[in-house]
Amino acid sequence: MNNIVTEMSGAASVQNKPAVNKAPIFTAKNVDVYYGAKQALDKINLDIPRNKVTSLIGPSGCGKSTFLRCLNRMNDLVDICRVEGDIQLEGQDIYAPEVDVVALRQHVGMVFQKPNPFPKSIYDNIAYGPRIHGLTSSKSELDDIVEWSLQRAGLWKEVSDRLQEPGTGLSGGQQQRLCIARAIAVRPEVILMDEPCSALDPIATATIEELIDELREKFTIVIVTHSMQQAARVSQRTAFFHLGNLVETGATKTLFTSPEDERTQNYITGRIG
Amino acid sequence: MSPENAATAAKLNITAGNRSKTVEMIVTGVLIACSLVAILVTVGIVFSLLFESLRFFERVPMSEFLFGTKWSPQTALRADQVAADGAFGAVPLITGTLLISFIAMCVATPLGLFSAIYLSEYASKRTRDWVKPLLEILAGIPTVVYGFFAALVVAPMLRSTGESVGLNVSSESALAAGLIMGVMIIPLISSLSDDVINAVPQSLRDASLGLGSTDSETIRNVILPAAIPGIAGSLLLAASRAIGETMIVVMAAGLAANLTANPLEAVTTITAQIVALLTGDQEFDSAKTLSAFALGLLLFIVTLILNVISLKIVNKYREQYD
Repeated sequence: MNNIVTEMSGAASVQNKPAVNKAPIFTAKNVDVYYGAKQALDKINLDIPRNKVTSLIGPSGCGKSTFLRCLNRMNDLVDICRVEGDIQLEGQDIYAPEVDVVALRQHVGMVFQKPNPFPKSIYDNIAYGPRIHGLTSSKSELDDIVEWSLQRAGLWKEVSDRLQEPGTGLSGGQQQRLCIARAIAVRPEVILMDEPCSALDPIATATIEELIDELREKFTIVIVTHSMQQAARVSQRTAFFHLGNLVETGATKTLFTSPEDERTQNYITGRIG
Repeated sequence: MSPENAATAAKLNITAGNRSKTVEMIVTGVLIACSLVAILVTVGIVFSLLFESLRFFERVPMSEFLFGTKWSPQTALRADQVAADGAFGAVPLITGTLLISFIAMCVATPLGLFSAIYLSEYASKRTRDWVKPLLEILAGIPTVVYGFFAALVVAPMLRSTGESVGLNVSSESALAAGLIMGVMIIPLISSLSDDVINAVPQSLRDASLGLGSTDSETIRNVILPAAIPGIAGSLLLAASRAIGETMIVVMAAGLAANLTANPLEAVTTITAQIVALLTGDQEFDSAKTLSAFALGLLLFIVTLILNVISLKIVNKYREQYD
């Protein structure tokens, strides 16, 4: 766990230097995932580039969410789920026995499909992560983190005068931005987003998409989406999954304009889905 | 539509089906009658409690009943008999009931709640599949079995343990009855709390775990605060069960109406006294017999209030996440 922490802060300082770290933040090699006897992912090899938005697309049940949940080991919560292969975060195997998932998830945050604010005040929602990780030593520091996170999530102007009101009272789009603010409050390196806009209306979706674009300055983002338009709008890299296989991966523009694989071609033109 | 079909369409029979409507009416009637029986009997019991209690309060003033501290319901058969005046102060009965229920809740709350948390949050599905039914078997043990276990095993054990450390433990102690009653209501608390904890949406657990909380942080900071109203409801329900419990206290708590807070002494409860008042041959209109109705009414009112409050809390909580 200490390893991960020191490695991470090392990486963070590298990021601040003008020389850009070109090494991928995540590398997945030969990842197989099984739910009981059923194989959900088959030999996935995928690199996640740093400070970019990578989108995972594909028809329902193709394994894109499963892969996303391997990256912060949320799959551990599913009793029958088994992950094989090698996933490295900054060169460390995240499935190694000495890894503490709690520390891992501090560095790899997650935003879920349905906005899931805690039934607490807006302030306490954001402060939850910093509090459990002991990131602050004083109330004013915590206040700063809450404000910073809400600013970053583009929610500060809307809620700054009612931080003590319950987070569940916000609109769906605001709730999702609250969840994003909550995730970035613990200063993760990577944010995983599992169809973050699928429960939102088009206007709220547009706000979140702009937000994702701004967030990649500071964070690496991996987003699962059903909408190819969304993938094209927000991501720089796209990976196309089909029936548990990673069919094709590449720069988003290239993948959408000149896909190499016939299945990708069929999916983006709407023939399979 | 062909012209032929159009011609037959006029003859479609939609006014009289071939199944009789009377069958439906009879079925409805039987069903209504069955539910009415249950309701009417309940209403009847409540009224009988009320009227007999009123007859009791004609003989003994209500203030004496509610605030008197001496309970000895012997009434004279002959005028010169010893202890001719019965005393009907229910306070020792009420405190005895509360003392035993309190001990029971002290045992059952932590055990029931923690096993619910274990079952819903930590146990694997396989463990859960056999532990949960096992816990629920506890609920199926007849209370009379609990009763003689308390009277014949636990009470003597407490007494000898007490003696070995120099404490004087009555052979029918509130402690023995309370401990066993606690064991009896564990499954009630654990299964209700388990339902309530499971009703906390998985998305809240995911959110907390996804932020890097440990399981116990998630339980303390997210799940318990969300589940606390429902848990409170289940505790109230368990308390009302403890207050109304009869067999265990009849067998293990005794009939001595002591006004005490010492769990090592013998106390008696409302339910145990009702049993004592009505067993054997009794004159039906003596104050002694009628006092059982007043006690029954008191018990009914208390448990009714507890049940209503707890069901309200539980239901309100359930709606919250629908």
